[in-house]
Amino acid sequence: MRRIVFEKRESMSRRASTLVPIISLLASLLLGGLLLAISGANPFVTYYEMFRGAFGTWNRFTETLVKAIPLMLTGLSVAIAFKMRFWNIGAEGQLTLGGVAAAGVALFWAQSLPGWTLLPLALLAGCVAGALWAGIPAVLKAYLSVDETLTTLMLNYVAILYSEHLYYVAWRAPGYNSGTATFTEAAWLPRITGRVHAGIYLAIILAVVLWFVFKRTRWGFELQIIGENPTAARYLGINIAQNVVLAILLSGAISGLAGATEVLGLARRLQQGLSVGYGYTAIIVAWMAQLNPLAIIGVAILMASLLVGGDQIQMRMGLPAAMGLVLQGLILIPMLAGMIFMEYRLRIIDPHTTGMEVEA
Amino acid sequence: MNDNPPPVLEMRNIVKRFPGVLANDHVNLKLHPGEVLALLGENGAGKSTLMNVLVGLYRPEEGEVYARGEQVDIGSPNDAAALGIGMVHQNFKLVPTMTVAENVILGMNGLPFRPNMDEIVECIREIARHYNMPVDPKAYIWQLSVGEQQRVEILKLIYRGAEILILDEPTAVLTPQEARDLNRVLQVMIDEGKSAIFITHKMDEVMAFSDRVCVLQHGRVVATKYTAETNPQELATLMVGREVLFRLDKAPSQPGDPMLEMRDVHAKNNKGLPALQGISFTIRRGEVLGIAGVAGNGQRELAEVVTGLRPVTQGHIQIEGQERTNRQPLDFIKAGVSHIPADRIGMGAVGNMPVSDNISMKGYRQSPMAEKGILRPRQMLRFAREMIKRFEIATPTPATRIKFLSGGNIQKAILAREIDACKGLLVAVYPSRGLDVGATEAVRRRILEQREQGRAVLLISEDLDELFSVADRIAVLYEGRVMGVVPAEEASIDQLGLMMAGSPAEEIDVPTARVMEEV
Repeated sequence: MRRIVFEKRESMSRRASTLVPIISLLASLLLGGLLLAISGANPFVTYYEMFRGAFGTWNRFTETLVKAIPLMLTGLSVAIAFKMRFWNIGAEGQLTLGGVAAAGVALFWAQSLPGWTLLPLALLAGCVAGALWAGIPAVLKAYLSVDETLTTLMLNYVAILYSEHLYYVAWRAPGYNSGTATFTEAAWLPRITGRVHAGIYLAIILAVVLWFVFKRTRWGFELQIIGENPTAARYLGINIAQNVVLAILLSGAISGLAGATEVLGLARRLQQGLSVGYGYTAIIVAWMAQLNPLAIIGVAILMASLLVGGDQIQMRMGLPAAMGLVLQGLILIPMLAGMIFMEYRLRIIDPHTTGMEVEA
Repeated sequence: MNDNPPPVLEMRNIVKRFPGVLANDHVNLKLHPGEVLALLGENGAGKSTLMNVLVGLYRPEEGEVYARGEQVDIGSPNDAAALGIGMVHQNFKLVPTMTVAENVILGMNGLPFRPNMDEIVECIREIARHYNMPVDPKAYIWQLSVGEQQRVEILKLIYRGAEILILDEPTAVLTPQEARDLNRVLQVMIDEGKSAIFITHKMDEVMAFSDRVCVLQHGRVVATKYTAETNPQELATLMVGREVLFRLDKAPSQPGDPMLEMRDVHAKNNKGLPALQGISFTIRRGEVLGIAGVAGNGQRELAEVVTGLRPVTQGHIQIEGQERTNRQPLDFIKAGVSHIPADRIGMGAVGNMPVSDNISMKGYRQSPMAEKGILRPRQMLRFAREMIKRFEIATPTPATRIKFLSGGNIQKAILAREIDACKGLLVAVYPSRGLDVGATEAVRRRILEQREQGRAVLLISEDLDELFSVADRIAVLYEGRVMGVVPAEEASIDQLGLMMAGSPAEEIDVPTARVMEEV
């Protein structure tokens, strides 16, 4: 009798690690197509409209980039944490507080600081706020083994509700229902084209820097060892607690920067709409990119195109914009299921020709 | 005891293979009613594998199992339970957030949709009283001590009607008092005609608990004896004695300055029980001190203490005259201590990273592999290539993830890294365990090379042949104490076997035994 066995590969397949994300994307489009067909829309037309909506004209493409910037930054942020097996799902809260801190500097220090220092200080304040917000769960995890999935998630609500308090009540500009006053121009993050702001440069530079840190620095090497095998790390003399805290501070700082660039580059004031779920989508971005900082840039653009394309089909075809979100979610399932093929393979064995049974 | 009752259980010619390992090699085993059988052997001798075959967790490639005279096919733990066979595993299978009673019935077949818990609790109380095993059926598992949790595992088996109990190293987690309690419980069960098999590598337990003992070595039964007709020394010899593989040429030792000095060192194991109880010895440069003993007598803790991985609760550790007690692992590394750990995959290597990275994991801190915190991959690769050649590591490429190499080659890679980084003291724990003859010889030669280059070596091994051929002096560890230190060329297997069973060297009346006074 022939059998199909599932066995470990002898070496990691490079082909599988590039094919799996692509096949997952196709599989999710297929699943999404079924959903579209059930709800009465022609999947091909819908996908075409979504593509046109995200990439059809230069203007639309810039809007896709605008949404890709926070995804790039938060994607990089969670990738650092995930490399350490630290499940930071608090990027959303770190982003929100980063935006709040940047807004605070732009609003209240505008008079007392020389104009040219305002923007860098506001960005820095965003990083610091994000880092501190991530630092709480990091210290709790490193020194007291408190589970970080719960703490990072719950701190999101604290941060988001606090930001609402600020723009609805404490910092609300007179004459508005909500939102602060617009910042002075010195605090604006310059725009490159359309609404695409200089945050995109920061994201790309950071991606390259992080790639270098992980591939080519002693610290990155130590972080990789900690993430892969903490017991070995301790045996090799690496200080685990201290390095985990440092890495998570960096992770939080990058999410905080994402919030700061959103506030300083797009709305130019603190208002509703800062927290729209980038910090959660970032988890999908990081996994699809297999935690590779350079790949995160491309994957973030792809994910952003699903968001923008989703908006477009709502306007043009009367379908819910949530379709884009549904597709995003659908990508992760085949992706996670498919990742197993990077380390395992299916093999058909014929017991008449082989004496040894292979254990899966 | 009746010499010829029909066996309640019999295993015939059991063969179980794992990739590259013959775990059970035509094993024959009989268990009579009302009998406690001890299964004795070193780590990796195939004891647990054999018992896992019996409870249906593994399928043997060859051989038959007979229960009460009839051939049976045990395909799952449920099949085993139906035959009255139950096993208490080393790691308990209990749900901490549920009560004792709930754990006892969890997973049982044929329970009503809503079991009558009051009845079950009463029944468990009755069993507990009968066997004198005080346990509150309504207590939660997380509230119980390890000893109490073990009682729950045993209760579970009795409640389900087990007639044959298999206990996998039952006393490894118990205090001496709890071990005596367990012995009493077993005695009651035996008096009722139940039988038990227990897996152990401790001779004194065999003597205290069992009626018969079956000694396994490398997957084969090497002896079956009535406990009353044997003694710990004979058992130790049966367990570790093996044919000599090869002899290494060894120049006479020329000890130099003291490298490692341990003075009255105490430490606890992971369960918080005392593991080292006053260890004192000195190792000089150019000298190999071997540590013999049955696993679980403090070897692991000793290795971790001299590498900074485990805190010392009392006493002092000095390296080259410098106080290093309770310093960080990195301080020990910087002091020139290298460590070949017992757990190669779990501690010694990072499976998902390339062979070259693994070889560089000690040297990456300094030039030439790193400059100002920036790694120099080309230098790392060059170093790895050199080591792969020098230590004859068989790997497809330096970029292959190390977990895809064989055990022997992983060990050679660890050896390469640690020996290159070693400046004063090499701590080697079971360095050739599980390796084939060729790799074993290579590993031992490298260790001797270190001695000739004036480094001190602490060699912890279960393999007496290894200790005789590599060590200059052999210390025997028993229950966290040094039973004595003897020069390797004067030591005999009999004498070491006796010390491994807990007799201090002073009490052994062997003409060749000369106890060295410690400096």
